[in-house]
Amino acid sequence: MDKVHQNRIKAIVLGASAGGAAALQTLLAQLPKTFPVPILVVQHIAADSANTLAKLLGTRSALRVKEAEECELIQAGTAYIAAANYHLLVETNASLSLSIDAPVSFARPSIDVLFESAAMAFGTGLIAVILTGANSDGSLGMKKVAQKGGITIVQDLKDAEVPIMPAAALSALRDEADYVVPIAQLGALLQRLSHRIDRSIVHDR
Amino acid sequence: MDLDAIQDVEINLLLQGIRQVYGHNFLDYAEASLKRRLQHWLAASGFASISEAQASIFRDATVFESLLRGMTVNVTEMFRDPGFFLALRENVIPFLKTYPFVKIWHAGCSTGEEAYSLAIMLGEAGMSGRYRMYATDINEAVLQKAKEGIFPLNTMREYTRNYQKSGGRAAFSDYYTALYDRAIFNEDLRANIIFSSHNLAIDADFGEMNLILCRNVMIYFKPILKEHCIGLFDRCLLPGSFLCLGTKETLDGRSIANRYENLVPRMSIYQKRYG
Repeated sequence: MDKVHQNRIKAIVLGASAGGAAALQTLLAQLPKTFPVPILVVQHIAADSANTLAKLLGTRSALRVKEAEECELIQAGTAYIAAANYHLLVETNASLSLSIDAPVSFARPSIDVLFESAAMAFGTGLIAVILTGANSDGSLGMKKVAQKGGITIVQDLKDAEVPIMPAAALSALRDEADYVVPIAQLGALLQRLSHRIDRSIVHDR
Repeated sequence: MDLDAIQDVEINLLLQGIRQVYGHNFLDYAEASLKRRLQHWLAASGFASISEAQASIFRDATVFESLLRGMTVNVTEMFRDPGFFLALRENVIPFLKTYPFVKIWHAGCSTGEEAYSLAIMLGEAGMSGRYRMYATDINEAVLQKAKEGIFPLNTMREYTRNYQKSGGRAAFSDYYTALYDRAIFNEDLRANIIFSSHNLAIDADFGEMNLILCRNVMIYFKPILKEHCIGLFDRCLLPGSFLCLGTKETLDGRSIANRYENLVPRMSIYQKRYG
């Protein structure tokens, strides 16, 4: 239901698969250049993909959108997109790293891999979002985020182009995701959570 | 302290112990992926915790070897990133051909797939007998496998596709003999390759090389260890020689970057400048 959340948000992680490019485009277009928190994105893509997603998303967003690079220290106002055929991880010092370990949940980059490393790095300072998709990558990651006290958000099943991934995430969270919202409301929600200056907030869903 | 925090302590103690007992230093490996690999190994090991595994790791070399494998082996493919091999075929090999003899170092060769891929390409360029390739890895057991040159037959279809995308025109099956579920690669591919053990973190320079490949190995290192390895490679390369990294690895921002030309952008193929 409502969540009382007292910690400053340090990072947001997003996971998407089938239908994700459009969903991400819509979401990122809602965020201003001054968005105060770095955003890390795993969108499932084919191993031999040309990595044009960052460019595509960048043209429709005020945010700086770039491909995630190893050793990069993540910054506010920026969305980092995981490259094809590499797992993306975030270190406890907020820098990015890569891996070519085996696919996880048949995916590389895998949402679980990013989310689990982010949960360990940011704990209660993390927001994790699962969007449209056709498999269950990300469900284990969402569980870890919840376990470490982060905020979990799932795209409304009726809104998702393919509801399988959000449904799997909800199921993994035993229907206790902190928020379930359509894309149209997600930007405003992320802004509210990220800009929070009062110590606690209780709201209507 | 929660269980994750306790495990972090256990991992740190383990790595310190491994350094003292076996001389392998993993403290400069990137932490997030190392932790994942350790947890994966632990889950399959039968031990309930890192602390519980520690005694066996320190006292039983076979347990350590299993752990070492879990922590360092990169699963690889023949002609992985065919675009890279195509770029190598078109941009680097013609240059190497102008030398009477070339020395190549493939650092972090794992089970050998890339080394054999390179040997195939050099053979097709008419360079058999005109090169020596040093294929090295930290892990002895994996080098043993690499020396055998035997790979699962069911990977050959994918490897054939990769080979073709990398500009290969021969019948890929000419390079191996199928036996039951194995593909045994031709003896002559191995003739110019020396597989040997080398630890990038602690071993010394490897001699002067015309081509060094170290692909998707340093992604697992912390910046300090990456810097150390790049320095090591730099000392082994003469002007005009080539350094090839993984496609998502770059020399950008490194102290030696301005001494290298980014020969094939997006393929991480660098050539050391003259003068």
